[in-house]
Amino acid sequence: MAKKKTIRSIPQERTPMREQEPQVRAKNFEEVACGYSLEDALRESERCLMCPDEPCISGCPVGINIPGFIQKIGEKNLRGAYDILTDTNLLPSICGRVCPQENQCEGVCTVGDSLEAVAIGRLERFVGDTALKEGWVNIPYIEPNRYRVGIVGSGPAGMACAADMAKSGCDVTVYEAFHEPGGVLKYGIPDFRLPNTVIDAEINNLKKFGVKFECNTLVGRLFTIEQMIDEMGFHAVFVGVGAGYPTMLNIPGDSLNGVLSANEMLTRCNLMRGRDFPDFDTPMPIGKRVAVVGAGNTAMDATRVSLRLGSEKVYCVYRRSRTEAPARAEEVHHAEQEGVEFHWLTAPVAVLDDGKGGVRGMRCVRMELGEPDESGRRRPVPVAGSEFDFETDLIIYAIGTNANPIMGQTSKLKLNKWGYIGADENLATSVAGVFAGGDIVTGAATVIEAMGAGRRAARSMKAYLGIRDTGLPYVSSEGAGTLFGIDVRERNFARVRIA
Amino acid sequence: MNANAMSNFEIVAREDFSDVTYLLEVRHPLMSKAAKPGQFVIVMLNEHGERIPLTIADFDSKKGTITLVIQAVGKTTRQMQQECRVGTSLYGMVGPMGIPSPISHAKKVVCVGGGLGVAPIFPQARGFKQAGAYVIAVLGFRNKDLVFWEDKFKDCCDELILCTNDGSAGMKGMITDGIKVAMAGHPDIDEVVAIGPPVMMKACADATRAAKIKTMVSVNPIMVDGTGMCGGCRVKVGDQVKFACVDGPDFDGHLVDFDDLMLRLQRYTKVEKDAHERWSESCRMTKQVGPSALDELARGRAPQKELLELPDPFEDAPGG
Repeated sequence: MAKKKTIRSIPQERTPMREQEPQVRAKNFEEVACGYSLEDALRESERCLMCPDEPCISGCPVGINIPGFIQKIGEKNLRGAYDILTDTNLLPSICGRVCPQENQCEGVCTVGDSLEAVAIGRLERFVGDTALKEGWVNIPYIEPNRYRVGIVGSGPAGMACAADMAKSGCDVTVYEAFHEPGGVLKYGIPDFRLPNTVIDAEINNLKKFGVKFECNTLVGRLFTIEQMIDEMGFHAVFVGVGAGYPTMLNIPGDSLNGVLSANEMLTRCNLMRGRDFPDFDTPMPIGKRVAVVGAGNTAMDATRVSLRLGSEKVYCVYRRSRTEAPARAEEVHHAEQEGVEFHWLTAPVAVLDDGKGGVRGMRCVRMELGEPDESGRRRPVPVAGSEFDFETDLIIYAIGTNANPIMGQTSKLKLNKWGYIGADENLATSVAGVFAGGDIVTGAATVIEAMGAGRRAARSMKAYLGIRDTGLPYVSSEGAGTLFGIDVRERNFARVRIA
Repeated sequence: MNANAMSNFEIVAREDFSDVTYLLEVRHPLMSKAAKPGQFVIVMLNEHGERIPLTIADFDSKKGTITLVIQAVGKTTRQMQQECRVGTSLYGMVGPMGIPSPISHAKKVVCVGGGLGVAPIFPQARGFKQAGAYVIAVLGFRNKDLVFWEDKFKDCCDELILCTNDGSAGMKGMITDGIKVAMAGHPDIDEVVAIGPPVMMKACADATRAAKIKTMVSVNPIMVDGTGMCGGCRVKVGDQVKFACVDGPDFDGHLVDFDDLMLRLQRYTKVEKDAHERWSESCRMTKQVGPSALDELARGRAPQKELLELPDPFEDAPGG
């Protein structure tokens, strides 16, 4: 190896990623961040110290071998980097874009102690996108077993679980209620953050693994979880249906036309392509002055979609301060650059009626931060007499979601007191053979946490089914099926037999 | 069960009840077994289509079909009327959605269907009959040309009261007049179930309020996903906000805030009207002059055309 890197010897500045100019991108749905070039990636890979304690790996919910893939980038062996990534994460293009890396791998990066952390997410995305561009797919050699696994929900948890179960040889079917697979990645996250083409490419990869996708299928109502096990021949089922059920504020004027959930707004725009109305039939509510309530990632998406739909003014209203905002720092920053006006420490108290069933404005009250609450964040307290009105004609609530009630209504799965599915540390539910993970267990969280849960559930399902994981080697897509001079199929077969 | 049967939603039968109302029978063996009275589906005509909720009018597990009765009121339902022929397929159909109507142990039930609501009230009337209840059907139409399924109801109900606004079939009067006749003849009605336009259901709920007869209604607000995800279908029921798609669609008619419901149904009236005009214009252009004119239209250079009158979705309300 080359001489040992030190914090002094590496490039000090984090390699910037090219972005569309804020004024330009606020008018289109093209991706904001254009990704790294090979030169960018090589330079950034230089910044990794390859430290022996590898804090980044433990910071990653799926435990990607981060120094490993970065080293391969440095060696210009992108295929090798892709192989390492796909060992643990089958969806690098998605995760590189939507993971909150600052709280995960990059948050614990050693370089980050004195300089800006290594841009792990950007490197991951670079490798994933290169693979999509080059058409690389790591299809493992799969030894089919006799097990059938049903996955309910095709979002990130379901996709991750499906990938692992298919790799271990199960016959996997994924059910999706919408007409297209992808779940929140499709309906929720807008194209300028995560293009639908990327999601479709990753889904196609799963199909190459033999995963079957059945859309237009509302599990629970078309058939129940119990029927899947008892009648349809599934040996195990994973439930990853997400939280989904949007919270309303329950203030006067909530039901006026012109008040909608971010879920509705984003689904109309992203999945139903309401932004291309009338070429697509789904109408899109567009406000002149839009107020988005909340400051999570979904709220940021809603503000930025509104700008792109042509709204003149977009406000973001949040009852706490910027420090407490749950959105990724980068999202808030992007929204700000694009012209979203932030009103921190401001809470809505009423929606004002225009007399015709629509909205003319919102009444808010100023807040100040008091003592920390149970979430550890300082509790916002209204400032007496600080109420004020402002003009808006479209209000979007992005204040979180609750558990979707369909599973509880239609199955014997035990729920916790908030209505989420109860699962133990192995993600097993109260019904034998049924596992659950993602938002429907934890409440609203992130894409990568859902993927991590999907993989954890897969591990438990394999244990439940008695499948021994053998760490199957990949068969390269060119068909060069040898490893250490041994035919991989043979080697793998031997391992299975020994095990 | 064969899950693969879900990828294709073939139309196997069609019947036109009038120039605006039509019936489609769609093949979906799995759903025909799962469906229960009061549930609905979400349909997408094509890849560019919107998702529209339609109440399941009937289901036949032997034939493996789901029956939908549709009124052509907007762009999508008109386009469906034009394009959905036997042998063609829908791009998407998902369901059965919603909580099935509880078929209670009521001994005497009045099933009220107004206009298009006559179709979805049928499985409920049949369900109550099968549960051993004495079933009185009250059906309302604007005139005799719009009447459908009279025989189907006669077969499964103990009494049938047919009302038309102009008296051209059955008794002349509003649907509420029919309910009053039923109430006058039967002092021991346990339950009323009403399906139809909101203004009609509101009138029905008002008609039974004084007598404190339990009255269930089935609401059909604007939806996107139908799985509890968008919140577009929220309705005020008493002092609570409910999502019709997963908490309903059946609610206590005496508690539903119908004015709120009707207001929310008008959310997209303007854009939908525009979309429909654009669509019917393009249909006319294709028929008359071919695709080049379509291109013109797509580029927004089409000449201004006269406004098309869209029927008011509440118009077909024999009550109110």
